[in-house]
Amino acid sequence: MKKVKYRHPVARFVFSVSIFLSFSTLIFAQTASTDEGGTVQEETVQGPQEGAGGGDTSNGKALFNSQCAACHKLDGNSIGPPLRGISEKRDTEWLHAWIKNSSALIAAGDETAVEIYEEYNRVAMPPFPQLSEQDIDDILAYVDQPKAAPQAQAGGDAVAGAPGTGGGGVSTNIVLAILAFVLLMLAVILVLVNKTLRRFAAASGVELPEKPKTKPIYKSFVENQFLVIVSSVILLLVGAYFAYGWMMQIGVDQGYQPIQPIHFSHKIHAGDNQIDCQMCHTSARNSQTSGIPSLNTCMNCHQSISEVAESTATEEYSKAFYDGEIQKLYHAVGWDQASQSYTGETEPVKWVRIHNLPDFAVFNHSQHVEVGGISCQTCHGPVEEMEIMYQDAPLTMGWCVECHRETNVRMAGNEYYEKIHEELSKKYGVEELTVAQMGGLECAKCHY
Amino acid sequence: MSSNKKYWKSVEELNGDSAVVEAIKNKEFVEEIPTDEFLGNKPSLEDSSTSRRDFLKFVGFSTAAASLAACEGPVMKSIPYVVQPERIIPGVANYYATTMADGFDFASVLVKTREGRPIKVEPNDLSKRGSNARVQASVLSLYDNKRLRRPEISGEPVTWDRFDDELRQRLGGVSGSIVILTNTMASPSTNRLVREFSNRYSNVRHIVYDAVSEDAALDAFQARYGTRALPDYDFSRAQTIVSVGADFLGDWQGGGYDAGYARGRVPANGQMSRHIQFESNMSLTGSNADKRVPILPSEQRQVLAALYNYIVGGSSTSTIENARLDDAVVKAANQLRRAGRRGVVVTGIQDADAQSLALAINEALSSEVIDTENPRMVRQGNNAQVQQLVQDMNSGRVGALLMAGVNPVYSLPNASEFVEGLGNVDLTVDFTMKKDETAKQVEFLGATPHYLESWGDVQFSTRKFGIVQPTIRPLFDTRQFQDSLLSLLGSGQSYYQYIRDTWSGSLPGNWNDAVHDGVFEASAPAGSEPLTLGGSTRVNSDSVAARNLGQPAEGTGFQLELYTSTALGDGQQANNPWLQELPDPITRASWDNYLKMSRFDAEELGIKNTNTSDGALNGSYVNITLGDTVIEKVPVFIQPGQVRGAVSLALGYGRKEAIQKEMQVGVNAYPLYKDFKSVQNVQIEKTSGEHEFACLQLHTTLMGRDDVIKETTLEIFNTKDVEYWNKIPVVSLDHIETPVDSPDADLWEGFDRSVGHHFKMSIDLNACTGCGACVIACHAENNVPVVGKQEVRKYRDMHWLRIDRYYSSEETFAQDGEKKDAMSGLGDALTQFGEMEEANDNPQVVFQPMLCQHCNHAPCETVCPVAATMHGNQGQNQMIYNRCVGTRYCANNCPYKVRRFNWFRYNKNDEFDYTMNNDLGRMVLNPDVTVRSRGVMEKCSMCIQMTQKTILDAKREGRATSGDEFKTACSIACDKGAIEFGDVNDETSVVAQREKDARKYHTLEYLGTKPNVMYQTKVRNTTEA
Repeated sequence: MKKVKYRHPVARFVFSVSIFLSFSTLIFAQTASTDEGGTVQEETVQGPQEGAGGGDTSNGKALFNSQCAACHKLDGNSIGPPLRGISEKRDTEWLHAWIKNSSALIAAGDETAVEIYEEYNRVAMPPFPQLSEQDIDDILAYVDQPKAAPQAQAGGDAVAGAPGTGGGGVSTNIVLAILAFVLLMLAVILVLVNKTLRRFAAASGVELPEKPKTKPIYKSFVENQFLVIVSSVILLLVGAYFAYGWMMQIGVDQGYQPIQPIHFSHKIHAGDNQIDCQMCHTSARNSQTSGIPSLNTCMNCHQSISEVAESTATEEYSKAFYDGEIQKLYHAVGWDQASQSYTGETEPVKWVRIHNLPDFAVFNHSQHVEVGGISCQTCHGPVEEMEIMYQDAPLTMGWCVECHRETNVRMAGNEYYEKIHEELSKKYGVEELTVAQMGGLECAKCHY
Repeated sequence: MSSNKKYWKSVEELNGDSAVVEAIKNKEFVEEIPTDEFLGNKPSLEDSSTSRRDFLKFVGFSTAAASLAACEGPVMKSIPYVVQPERIIPGVANYYATTMADGFDFASVLVKTREGRPIKVEPNDLSKRGSNARVQASVLSLYDNKRLRRPEISGEPVTWDRFDDELRQRLGGVSGSIVILTNTMASPSTNRLVREFSNRYSNVRHIVYDAVSEDAALDAFQARYGTRALPDYDFSRAQTIVSVGADFLGDWQGGGYDAGYARGRVPANGQMSRHIQFESNMSLTGSNADKRVPILPSEQRQVLAALYNYIVGGSSTSTIENARLDDAVVKAANQLRRAGRRGVVVTGIQDADAQSLALAINEALSSEVIDTENPRMVRQGNNAQVQQLVQDMNSGRVGALLMAGVNPVYSLPNASEFVEGLGNVDLTVDFTMKKDETAKQVEFLGATPHYLESWGDVQFSTRKFGIVQPTIRPLFDTRQFQDSLLSLLGSGQSYYQYIRDTWSGSLPGNWNDAVHDGVFEASAPAGSEPLTLGGSTRVNSDSVAARNLGQPAEGTGFQLELYTSTALGDGQQANNPWLQELPDPITRASWDNYLKMSRFDAEELGIKNTNTSDGALNGSYVNITLGDTVIEKVPVFIQPGQVRGAVSLALGYGRKEAIQKEMQVGVNAYPLYKDFKSVQNVQIEKTSGEHEFACLQLHTTLMGRDDVIKETTLEIFNTKDVEYWNKIPVVSLDHIETPVDSPDADLWEGFDRSVGHHFKMSIDLNACTGCGACVIACHAENNVPVVGKQEVRKYRDMHWLRIDRYYSSEETFAQDGEKKDAMSGLGDALTQFGEMEEANDNPQVVFQPMLCQHCNHAPCETVCPVAATMHGNQGQNQMIYNRCVGTRYCANNCPYKVRRFNWFRYNKNDEFDYTMNNDLGRMVLNPDVTVRSRGVMEKCSMCIQMTQKTILDAKREGRATSGDEFKTACSIACDKGAIEFGDVNDETSVVAQREKDARKYHTLEYLGTKPNVMYQTKVRNTTEA
């Protein structure tokens, strides 16, 4: 059945008008954000630089990120203490000894070592014998760098905060406003000229020719029965078309994008950080549901990631905003950041479900993901680009069936299909079999 | 000229300036009607400026807003675990082995859980014991809305700490003996714990009380073999089974014998067992027998004595006066003698003499069917001790009474004495799941969990044990009886630890294996003998017993036999709507118990069973008098096969406490269970009124229609050609008789079914005993709604799978067929068809599980105007609820009458206040199956959700499926192997074999519907001597 695509005609009209009207603003906003991105990047890309202790900070940074960042942050507590400016606090030699083998130091009864061990929940830091003295110096050099003042960010804000000034050339808005004004002026002038001319004519006694009074067009239309019938039939048909289109979208929530209790950005996780979907949605492989990840799944990473990088913040969502969302997770899961421990007070997160199939329709994720090898994006759309998750596909039966008609079943290497593939490919005379040919259009395959 | 007459309605109007007339002119009523007052809140109404018109505007606006808003879907929340348990994957079921032991039903089971909720109980294949309908339904009792939710003292809810403190204090100061009264727990750990308890508190007695007693059999066995236990039987080894009043396919001696029996009933190598039943009540066992001899309970005693004399005593005459009966006994004795070691005699007579004689006969036959080495421990009740307890309580010798798992105020025959006695006991404690009749009378109420929330161990027999493990956290603030005992002992241990301690060193393997399997073989751990053994070790010698039994009966009036029904058993699960709606296999009546009576007795008493115009059954009431006890208004059900002079009544009904109103049905028969004797002499008189039964099948017969049921005898089966006893019907094709399954006789173009899966089901009428386990399993798996008594009465039951019961009009179905064939002419038809409708006084009975036949040429599919039912490649006839508009054409066109229409919305509807109408009950719903709404048709889907899952598992594991891998809920539930399901395109599968079996036939095959459900012809072993 063909689906009428024309949904919400009135809404669409209003929407397009509003898009048109706000077009210039959007263009300007884009310019501004590129500007800001540029400055931010500048701040992060820094050449190799000699640190205070004579270490190579770029090597130090790489080593810090690969070896230390799981448990330490530059600023703020994590599993271990913050490391910025650590050489000022501790003796360099002691630091070398500690990093090489902290347990030995503790066992030897070093006072500072024991104190730190006790303070951080008696979690011993693993030894790093693979780090050379130079490596340790590099790391120390990196962590000793003073915190960069967020100047660039401030600059960006200033730019974003003053639209209309700066930017490339004259604002379109102003051009448009001027044009509209000119147009208005022209119209007014025309009316005035016409009026004046008529007055002149009247004054100079010129007789303006009277138009003969003809029948008004609506009257002749009403009297023409054929036209009335044809136009009302057309009107009815068009009305029916739109009514049908409107009714067919009832219950179809394509584009549904509810506000979630925690602003979880799939763009940051699946897009920027390239985390595989099934890393968190694990049950998609072996269950009918893909499963909303339990909060302990989040904590696998977020135990040590308590704030986002400066570069993660966008114009729309600041770093403070994202950090606040991570705090919401901590609150829900009962994670006390200060003591780095679980309080046991939990509060489950009530996500708003986006993809809702009716109860009488069965969809099995493992069949599609594990057996069929369908990528998640086929149905869920470009999730890795979604800052806020929305329903990409219409999830209508027609949409399912269409795909079942076109998609070939992934049979190679699966012993289950061997016999049936042999028989069916002979029957249909094809090598590849679609889902439909396998009986995937039978009602009770999805409705029971 | 117009008249100047003045018309007036009241004299007042003539008065020119009457205030009343003025007032009426302007207003409709003289005085203001105080609407504001009766609406209440007058001041605020007066303040409000909302006029009536405004109100209507608001109504209009809100209606419009509501209907607009209805176009939007509701916001649904998805709440994940905070910490997801390791073994739970949402959407994937987990199975746990556990053991059900409620004192009446003992079964090793597998529990299916989804997201931590138990949703179905299935038999555990590792155990040989099957699971009956009550075991299958027990999962619903977990979610019983009427459960006791927290401990109480004197009706006040308390915390467990306070409960313990007060109880410990009171127990310390108790004078007189402490009695622990429990049902048969058969638990080594509990026994050990009670022993420990008796060491701590002096003067402790442990009395075991079975509501339905097997005391006589226990005494007889104990006297002969030394253990207080019941012999075990393996009926699959039997060649000849003679049962004297033993309903061994029902609950006789703990039940669970039907699977073995069924194995021996399927003809293999030309052999099957021969089963002779002497009984008065038409029981499940009697209806499965090859030969059923209806006799009075008093005659049963004589029959058993005669059997003993013929076989053991070597005599050739008996005291039985009835020559025909004597002949039957002689023939039975001969067959037993011929069967020798493979013969067995069982009896249900509640008399130690009788039970002793049966053991003696089996000993004389050196029967290998009976197992006395490894006897069953599932009944331990001791009647003498229970009666003694009631006396002791009344004489004030009992200081404290701790009860667990029993409800004596309901189930004791002398319940009023027991209640009086409770008043003389200082401390009364009841550990119970329900605030039942007994719980209402006691001071301390310990709320206990369901077995699916408990730990435990169970001794099935001397060497076979089972583990009870919880499958869900306790739903309420409950604690096990054993944990309470441990707490009273001041032990910090949990009962779980205690069980592990009991078994440490005694397990054959490790603990995890035992819990995983649920069953294991071992010998009982040390210190786990029952505290109080009791029981009599002296019974009469066999010859004395035989003489006693041979005496003619005394007493007048009707002989009342009390039995337990298939659905409710001893009545513990009376608040389970699945069981209430399960029709009795014989009477096909649900939601009731009734007095079964023969038609002769009914005629004499003027008792009638009538049918209303819509086919519902009504029956007269009677009063039953036994001594001082009168049970009033018992409905009478006229039962074909019931012996004249004897009546039967089911125990377990008529409960009133902690039972939903809709399920307070039937009468309580326990007051008639005097001295724990199941046979009583009673007086019966008719009383006024008419009872409305909810009966699903009437008592008319099959009328010799052998297209529905095919049956033959073992002799014919062995000697004659299959054409003779299982002929495929023929149709006339161009005036040539053509078999109906020939492609030429087909109107339709058939599908190619050789590709992929093709699911078929085979139902063996020889193995089916009619137990109803499959019906309940289907209920649980497919979210089949419960509709209630009034709807069942209108034949609107929703069972996807029913078990039809048919009677014969002559002595056998074969004679029916002959009579029908011999009829000629209108005269015969007019007289004899009427006669044939009546069931015989001793009819042959056959059970036929009937479900959607999944016809390849389905008549329902062609008439659906919206194509809501259609055929799948894999053989299923599919029913699509969301497409159905409810024309019911399909049900009309179905020759098997298996389609069910949702006349109402049965979920979340107060009119149908059963499982689906409360949050607790809905937890049992299977998330894989749609809950149907009003106005759609539904029917058996061949458990497509299960076949689909099997296929998906195979795909994911990348392997081919085997034909026997596929299961349905009913095929899993059937421990008798009567229902087999599978893929016939796998040649090696059982169904593929069954399809080639000579006994295979299709019901109403001549219609050419080509069903995917096949039946195996019933074969009876009628060979006499």
